[in-house]
Amino acid sequence: MPISILMPALSPTMEKGNLAKWLVKVGDAVSAGDILAEIETDKATMEVESVDEGTVAKILVPEGTNNVPVNQLIALLLEDGEDASALDGAPAAAQSQPVSPPPASPQQTAVQPSPAAATMPVQQPAANGDGRTFASPLARRLAGDAGLDITMISGTGPHGRVVKRDVEAARAGGAPSAPQAAPQPAAGAAPAATGTAIARIERPDMTVYFEAGSFDAVPVDSMRASIARRLTESKRDIPHYYLTIDCRLDELLAMRKKLNDRTDQYRISVNDFVVRAAALALRRVPEANATWADTHILYHHHADVSMAVAIEGGLITPIIRKADTKGLAEIAIEAKDLAARARDRKLKPNEYEGGTFSVSNLGMFGIKNFTAVINPPQAAIMAVGGGAKRPIVNEDGTVGVATMMTVTLSADHRVIDGALGARLLAAFKGFIEEPLTMLL
Amino acid sequence: MSDQSYDLVVIGAGPGGYVAAIRAAQLGMKTAIMEREHLGGICLNWGCIPTKALLRSAEIYTLLHHLDEFGLSADNVSFDVGKIVRRSRKIATQLSSGVAYLLKKNKVRVIDGQARLKGGGIVAVTKDGKALPDVTARHIILATGARARALPGLEPDGRLIWSYKEAMVPDTLPKSLLVVGSGAIGIEFASFFNALGAKTTVVEVLDRVLPVEDEDISAHARKAFEKQGMTILTSATVEKLEKGADSVTATIKSSDGTSQSLTVERVILAVGITGNVENIGLEDVGVNVDRGHVQIDQWCRTGVDGVYAIGDLAGPPWLAHKASHEGVICVEKIAGIDSVRPLDTSRIPGCTYCTPQVASIGLTEAGARAAGHEVRVGRFSFIGNGKAIALGEPDGLVKTVFDAKTGELLGAHMIGAEVTELIEGYAIAKTLETTEHELMETVFPHPTLSEMMHEAVLDAYGRVIHM
Repeated sequence: MPISILMPALSPTMEKGNLAKWLVKVGDAVSAGDILAEIETDKATMEVESVDEGTVAKILVPEGTNNVPVNQLIALLLEDGEDASALDGAPAAAQSQPVSPPPASPQQTAVQPSPAAATMPVQQPAANGDGRTFASPLARRLAGDAGLDITMISGTGPHGRVVKRDVEAARAGGAPSAPQAAPQPAAGAAPAATGTAIARIERPDMTVYFEAGSFDAVPVDSMRASIARRLTESKRDIPHYYLTIDCRLDELLAMRKKLNDRTDQYRISVNDFVVRAAALALRRVPEANATWADTHILYHHHADVSMAVAIEGGLITPIIRKADTKGLAEIAIEAKDLAARARDRKLKPNEYEGGTFSVSNLGMFGIKNFTAVINPPQAAIMAVGGGAKRPIVNEDGTVGVATMMTVTLSADHRVIDGALGARLLAAFKGFIEEPLTMLL
Repeated sequence: MSDQSYDLVVIGAGPGGYVAAIRAAQLGMKTAIMEREHLGGICLNWGCIPTKALLRSAEIYTLLHHLDEFGLSADNVSFDVGKIVRRSRKIATQLSSGVAYLLKKNKVRVIDGQARLKGGGIVAVTKDGKALPDVTARHIILATGARARALPGLEPDGRLIWSYKEAMVPDTLPKSLLVVGSGAIGIEFASFFNALGAKTTVVEVLDRVLPVEDEDISAHARKAFEKQGMTILTSATVEKLEKGADSVTATIKSSDGTSQSLTVERVILAVGITGNVENIGLEDVGVNVDRGHVQIDQWCRTGVDGVYAIGDLAGPPWLAHKASHEGVICVEKIAGIDSVRPLDTSRIPGCTYCTPQVASIGLTEAGARAAGHEVRVGRFSFIGNGKAIALGEPDGLVKTVFDAKTGELLGAHMIGAEVTELIEGYAIAKTLETTEHELMETVFPHPTLSEMMHEAVLDAYGRVIHM
């Protein structure tokens, strides 16, 4: 069995290092104590000693490779008597790597050694991109019996697997248990508020502010917990800024009437126009159709527009994929179907996860304008107010009346600078005010 | 960091302590471990390991008395107590030096001495009465283990009345023996001495032997032991022990009020465990101790900043593997690993190496019902298993307990040959949150004893094939 040489954690705080130099090559014999390589961390250059005896069979990470995560496979040794054919069964080079550095959080105080082997983020929806759900057999059975959609339950088991406790939490209506809940010492005494050596979340008990019996404490369900978590992270991590523009709707409303009078096969709403206009604006200003990915910006080839749909108890954002390639009728039909299935909680994860841009419309409630929170992994969201007749000043200085709609773009300043955001909104306004240009 | 300053110091190098230290070293912590007596603790030196060596000698000796059954014969079958004991001591020494090697390989500093907490992360060390330099650590894990509990009037004297320690190194085989307590330790010693020919009596205060096991297992065990010639007295207590020149007379009172007198050559006391909480400075730093054990939370924290406790010191179950897992969990939590979870005690198997062996995990049938589960129970006897018959081991039982509504495997209980090696299958299944379906679909090899694990699952659902 080939011996795996892993990137070591050379200090409790090390998460990754640069493999500066190999001191052995393929074919060299090594014994316990021989130096294999030099690793640079942000603190120092350290040596990696072999603990085993064997012959260097394969070097998987070339020297000069930076940011090798701790525990990544870097080389393989063959034991005495093994030959190269033993390598065929050897583990693949890539280990699971954290997608991004773990966000700084109250749990990890300066004194704590950080995880030497960071695992995948724990709170993931159970399904991955190809539709497979990872759940234990018991969890599936329990979810099925309780009529819960297991794909909507956050998993806290290994590799984000849904396990029994997650289903029980969802069933009780409570949030899936947080990875490091405030513990209770066996003696029942309140833990000393130490905070240095021991990582803990201190959650303030909100009930202390209110008279007992003057409120109902309702446990949050998984959707509410998910909204809370994602939008808090968004507000905390994304530098939001806001641009507002007014759009004249008169021509659009006339065109809409004409199109809807033609047939019963579809009913195009103002929002369908908004979605199309946003998609086309993103095609016109493609640098705004992007995602911040720490060391890269992802520029999307298509405008996948998420629409915020209010459902009972919360909110979900089904996506109209490649909205820039779809006509108004197609968008209208698709939007209606997605909204209906959203309200019935029958959406599949790939119908609401992802997207490149969001539109949120509160116009039907009489809202004039508002600012919305960006939905990661997107870089912008457009908040649409209601169309209403307002006094306007015409070109010639006279005062007239027009149906106006106020739109506010929230943008991620890491990806979309002010001028770029303005260009996007200007393009959008152009399409809305002169809807014929959407034909071009 | 100075030479005497560490990220982690572990006090006690038993299966809890040395595993915690190695895990800490793997995670990059500068670690030291202190041990006042022998690396490997009780488990390696005066517990798990040497007793298994002794029991192996007894097992083979028992087989030697059934040679004819297998078409074999031998004359002058005998045993040498001294040699049996010396073999077990040699094995203990070998494994203890193995622990020394592992600690060295992982660059854990081993400090030979007695530790005492001074507070503020400082540990004082003494050896043979002399003070060694203090050691400081950000985190201190107490893993000092436990020792035999003594009851008033029932104290070992090292000569006629034995604790586990004397029982492990007998100089001769007593002709008669009284074992007080029918937990795993008492039963294992009873099994050993009985196999070698001591007339053995076991006294148990509760109403059945091996009281933590499932009722069916206790009943089966009792029958087996009695068939081997042991006398079992349940619902009975030893009121007093009167020592003679080379014998002890016990006054045994049963639950109906009657008393009897029993004179034996030796007595083994196995009435429980109490943690080694003395003389390590717990009172000085404010660590909570309750009924002989250090109080901890689910992460092994004591409530005193930077001080943790694991293993027998921290309470039941008093099992080496529980100590090891607590050690790992404690260290991983300190290291901030996201995925660490508290120990789920329903997933800890327990094994008793008497003859027939006993192994179990999870809830007993009674325990499951008491917890409010509607249960499905499956049973399979060894007599229905081809391998068991071929081995000449037809006596045993495998029992499964399922939640009738969800199919969750709540518990599994086994008695018979080799079951201590089989229980791991159910342990893995519980960790993976199996239902009956996956166990039924698992292909167990034939011919093995393990097939009974499959049949016991089938039986719970009315689908048993071989019974």
